[in-house]
Amino acid sequence: MLKKDNFEAEIQNDVMQHRKQTEITLAILRIAVGWHFLFEGLVKVFNPAWTSRAYLLDSGGWFRNFFYWIAGNQAVLNASDFLNAWGLTFIGLAMVLGFLSRYAAAAGIFLLSLYYLSHPPFPGITYLFPSDGSYFVVNKTLIEGLLLLLIYQYPAEEVIGIKRIMFKK
Amino acid sequence: MMNQEKDKNKGISRRDMLAGLAAIPVLGAIGYGLWSHQDEKASKKVNGLPEMDFSAVAAVPALVDGPEIRVGVVGVGGRGGYLMKALGFVHPDRIDDWKLKGEKDVFWQHYLNDFLHQENLNVKITAVCDVFEKNANRAIMMGANVHRNGKDGPQGDAPVRFNTYQELVSSDLVDAVIIATPDHLHVPVALAAAKNGKHVYCEKPLSWTVEETFEVRNVVKENNIVFQLGHQGRQTESYQVARSMIAKNLIGKISLIEVCTNRNDPNGAWVYDIDPEANEQTIDWKQFIGPAPWHPFSLERFFRWRCWWDYSTGLSGDLFTHEFDAMNQILGLGIPQSAMASGGIYFYKDGRTVPDVLNMAFEYPDKDLTLLYSATLSSEKNRGKAIMGHDAWMELDENLTIFLDPRSTQYKQQIEKGLLEPNKPIYSYVPGQGKVDAITTPTEKYFAGRGLLYTYRDGKAVDTTHLHLREWLNCIRLNNGTQPSCNIDQAFEEAISAHMGTISYHEGRRTYWDKEKEIII
Repeated sequence: MLKKDNFEAEIQNDVMQHRKQTEITLAILRIAVGWHFLFEGLVKVFNPAWTSRAYLLDSGGWFRNFFYWIAGNQAVLNASDFLNAWGLTFIGLAMVLGFLSRYAAAAGIFLLSLYYLSHPPFPGITYLFPSDGSYFVVNKTLIEGLLLLLIYQYPAEEVIGIKRIMFKK
Repeated sequence: MMNQEKDKNKGISRRDMLAGLAAIPVLGAIGYGLWSHQDEKASKKVNGLPEMDFSAVAAVPALVDGPEIRVGVVGVGGRGGYLMKALGFVHPDRIDDWKLKGEKDVFWQHYLNDFLHQENLNVKITAVCDVFEKNANRAIMMGANVHRNGKDGPQGDAPVRFNTYQELVSSDLVDAVIIATPDHLHVPVALAAAKNGKHVYCEKPLSWTVEETFEVRNVVKENNIVFQLGHQGRQTESYQVARSMIAKNLIGKISLIEVCTNRNDPNGAWVYDIDPEANEQTIDWKQFIGPAPWHPFSLERFFRWRCWWDYSTGLSGDLFTHEFDAMNQILGLGIPQSAMASGGIYFYKDGRTVPDVLNMAFEYPDKDLTLLYSATLSSEKNRGKAIMGHDAWMELDENLTIFLDPRSTQYKQQIEKGLLEPNKPIYSYVPGQGKVDAITTPTEKYFAGRGLLYTYRDGKAVDTTHLHLREWLNCIRLNNGTQPSCNIDQAFEEAISAHMGTISYHEGRRTYWDKEKEIII
């Protein structure tokens, strides 16, 4: 009996240990993705001349007409630029700080889906601006989106993040 | 389990605080990254067009140190007087006149100020020569005005007036000669000057006949003098930028160039005023005639000499050469393989012999292009210089604009993406337009002109003729065989091309240049 108890306790200990490591890894992952979002957002916010117009005009694939429409309509483009720049900033900030990360991850997935759909890496679609690598269906945008899905499920805010302080109150 | 832990550690521990706020330093790192990113972003391009920096193009080299150069001027009428002003010498009356006008009109204030601040080229006018007494006497006063003063200010030594150019060019008082005579006297004066070892700045066109063109080239080279032909367009910023842009293949393969003259006033048609003080006593008519066929004294012929082949080279020599030299400078055209000209005296039926409408086509099969020249002296419809490439065309005057061709191959992708608009400017160059400096990032530029690219330099207005003379003087002082931009070889190409057009007009046939034998057939 005792032996079995010990064994179970040992396993439980191992699981605990493993879980802790996973949680830290997830928190680091969240901060890293958040970092990327925050930086991309702030660069746009601090450059008043920034616009997604050229990027949108370079769209390809099945939904390109939607993106052309945004680019061709000044009011829609302005709104889209504003939401994009500040959206990236707040999503990034939330994930770095570990506060409302789930909402941030969901919003991030939405943005990344739009990016992916505007420039799908499918054969036969060419883009003017060269990409930073070679992709077939799966690209870095898609992978970052999948990471956000993981973060959405396991935000790990209690491990590293402001939520830990709030949580304890 | 979380709940258990929570129960165990009520309140916020030091550990919790650290873990909770661990991400804050991350923000600092991002802030630093953002700051260092600001510099980089300026170099990003947004419309797929390369950014061009022309600040290094056409930088004016420093004035070469050296002794004062003593200049003699042959022909001190309108153009000769202008050249003297470009060297820093005007009649004291003009300074007083500008001062007076400047009191009421800020334009003349600036005009006077620009002249007073024009760089001192360290030259002295020691000799002048003109067949018209009044011109010569005025030029003496101009040459003496070394301090750029009005009538009341101190004047310097007066230049010596020589009655003939032969005396002037052989004088020890002179190191270098400026020739601003009528066309038929350019080569005789240049030959005499070169044979006396004097450096020559000669007004365009180089020559009046084909034969003398070869002779002057030989004599200039044999005597190792510094020679500059007076195409001051060589100093025009936009031409130098155009040359650099075409070398970068921005407009694609060029098949056609169109250059024009569009004038519509008597002065532009060479019907100049006749000076009331001019008569057989004040003009050395025999010397004016020089190598030209004899004709009884005529004030009209003396003052409006450009209207007669006897002294002039017509539209081809007088005005086409400006356009030719611009294109030769930009594209290195050289002498065409053939020329075909037509035209007539259609508006100014005043007894002139040179046409007032002239169209010429020059073929360059080795360069796969045609140079078209079209001129009228009775319409001012503005037709600029146009260089037509497969991908874009360039319009050129003081400014430069490149327009995108809708069927361009090079820019096909950008057109399809809507990043560049066909028929709209993709590059424009406006010298000295500081205002556009407000547009600093590429994206701003993108919106300012939908692909327009502005490049500007310290666009201080400087007289190109002044710069052209300056380049000549620099080469003289360098004294190491360096020749100016419009040297005798460039001048030879200019003159032969113009003569081919003129011969074609006279003979009503196509003329050809035999490159090997160097003859016009």
